[in-house]
Amino acid sequence: MSDEHIISIQGVSKEFAGVKAVNDVDLGIRRGEFFSLLGPSGCGKTTLLRMLAGFESPTRGEIFIDEQAMSAIPPHQRPVNMVFQSYAIFPHLDVRGNIAFGMRKSGLSKSEVNARVEEMLEMIKLPGYASRGATQLSGGERQRVALARALIKEPKVLLLDEPLGALDKKLREQMQLELRALQKRVGITFVFVTHDQEEALTMSDRVAVMSKGRVLQVEGPMGLYERPTTRFVADFIGTMNFFGGTVREAANGTASIDAGPLGQVRAATQDEAFTVGAEIVVAIRPEKLRLTFEAPGPAVNVAEGRMGPAAYLGDRSHLYVHLTGRDEPVAVAMQNEGRSAVGIDQTDQPVWLSWADDAIVLLPDE
Amino acid sequence: MAERAEVSAARLEAPRLGLVDRIRAAAMRHEPIRGYALLSPTMVWMLVALAVPLAILVTLSFWTQNYLDFDRTFSFNNYIVYFEKPIYLKLLIKSVKISGAVTLATVLLAYPAAYFIAFKVKKNKLMWLILITVPFWTSYLLRVFAWKVVLGFNGVINSGLITLGVIDAPLEFILYNPTAVVITLAHAWAAFAILPIYVSLEKIDRSLLEAAADLGEGPIMSFLRVTLPLSMPGIIASSLLVFIPTTGDYVTPNLVGGPTGIMIGNIVASLFGKANNWPLGAATAVMSMFFITLVVCAFLWFTKQVRERVA
Ligand SMILES: Nc1ncnc2c1ncn2[C@@H]1O[C@H](COP(=O)(O)OP(=O)(O)OP(=O)(O)O)[C@@H](O)[C@H]1O
Ligand SMILES: [Mg+2]
Repeated sequence: MSDEHIISIQGVSKEFAGVKAVNDVDLGIRRGEFFSLLGPSGCGKTTLLRMLAGFESPTRGEIFIDEQAMSAIPPHQRPVNMVFQSYAIFPHLDVRGNIAFGMRKSGLSKSEVNARVEEMLEMIKLPGYASRGATQLSGGERQRVALARALIKEPKVLLLDEPLGALDKKLREQMQLELRALQKRVGITFVFVTHDQEEALTMSDRVAVMSKGRVLQVEGPMGLYERPTTRFVADFIGTMNFFGGTVREAANGTASIDAGPLGQVRAATQDEAFTVGAEIVVAIRPEKLRLTFEAPGPAVNVAEGRMGPAAYLGDRSHLYVHLTGRDEPVAVAMQNEGRSAVGIDQTDQPVWLSWADDAIVLLPDE
Repeated sequence: MAERAEVSAARLEAPRLGLVDRIRAAAMRHEPIRGYALLSPTMVWMLVALAVPLAILVTLSFWTQNYLDFDRTFSFNNYIVYFEKPIYLKLLIKSVKISGAVTLATVLLAYPAAYFIAFKVKKNKLMWLILITVPFWTSYLLRVFAWKVVLGFNGVINSGLITLGVIDAPLEFILYNPTAVVITLAHAWAAFAILPIYVSLEKIDRSLLEAAADLGEGPIMSFLRVTLPLSMPGIIASSLLVFIPTTGDYVTPNLVGGPTGIMIGNIVASLFGKANNWPLGAATAVMSMFFITLVVCAFLWFTKQVRERVA
């Protein structure tokens, strides 16, 4: 356990009646960072967060918060606060009562607490809401009140369980920016649970991707997107084309792979040592493929195919290209620079795909 | 005849359908009308079974008993008698005190039971709720007699304590007094108090309790600051459900109350029975209703104040 980690999760598992909701997780969360837990529904994100808050106790392993073992510490004595998925606003109290709820033992006088509440209302941009009833708030307002109620306690760590899940897209994007700015301002460590990969990438310093109770990869957003280490992560974050491949040559950190319809590709091998003859997965993102209607020069990586269906997405289009020797079409992203989208109504035309050497990601075959 | 009916029906069909549709549309548009429509069976029943007898009772209270029939001239005589003889008001106040004690005891006993079923029982909640109603499968009278057996001079408690050598002679203060009435009624009404409290506890979102813990409150303060205020509607409902009927009860005081445990219901019963003075009985009943309404209003006002103070 190093000093830079405010939370250290060591070999933690949680079983519910035989179901391994969280399976042998090791994780260090740094002081002051915006850390996200990302994964599909049911992968154990909430369970892990609830173990940090103390509402569930690990079946195995230990959690340290600020160097202190948490197993014997009940929720109300932990230096963390939580923003619940349902917000859990107290319906019998007004906004002030909700925000001030945790201040009973703060040692501040009533007027000092009220002043703090006003400050918090200012911060969450709801001034003048103090005497509103809890039932008279919109979803976005409830979410902010839940945030203020947790932040007024000045916790070492703030836990957020999909706090933006119930909001519409516009408000969601606005709250993402506000939350991120707020976190930088108050300097509190945020642990943020989401199943929305875009949200995790835009907000976080680092993201842990979970699947079936395990943490698969912990990285910054760019590392996660550009250098996934498993097929699951590559698939879950953004869109990815996968090809089966066989290693033909491997030396000095680069490998030459026979990737079927893509032909011979060269790519940097990451930490993984790929042995000659091994079956691996070759992955490439749609926006890293360049589509042309004429054959490009001979020096680059090229594959030839026929134009398939196209999906118009407004700012860009996803074109699907059929390569010979492969059933599944390859997705190619094209920025729609002109008014008329490329590739629409050009089905069956011969096209060429080309890419740079560093566009390829090699993944172990699972 | 049938033919003519058919013809006229056919002729009337178009405009009549329009009218029905219009009424239906209007009814759908106006929430209150739909509400009253849903309520109407209940309202009709209430009118017949409650408002009519009540009207008769009030009318009766302004008449006068003439041996076997009534003098139907309007008079306040019964009310004058009611206020001149101290026994009526004194008994009424005593009844309110006794049923107040019953209410308090019942709610205090019911709350932990309701809490247990709502929060601690994970499986078979329904079975627990049915178990609570088991005593009601026997008659009310039988249960009161059972308490008589338990509390009596040679009853279960006394003979048990004597056998154990705790006491030498039977305790006399446990039967034929107000305490016996309170014990018996609290038991008889327990289920009526448990169910509303259970419902209000069951409705509490469990994440609110987690939020309270998360914000630094231990179990006791979480209970006082979240669970208790949120279960107030159940407590109030239980209190009214127990207080109102027990104030007028006369079976239990009659059987286990003894001379000191008599309540206003006993007086009303005897006025309608042995004493054969229905109008005075009616006036006594009307005054009881009036007084109970006052007490209930005061209680509701008080709980409202408390809730506003807390919030
Ligand atoms: N109290 C419980 N009892 C039994 N199983 C549980 C319990 N809580 C969670 N689980 C199971 O543990 C697994 C992980 O649940 P968890 O709530 O942590 O998922 P999640 O990643 O938060 O999903 P979501 O994105 O849908 O909220 C699920 O399979 C769930 O059914
Ligand atoms: Mg969840």
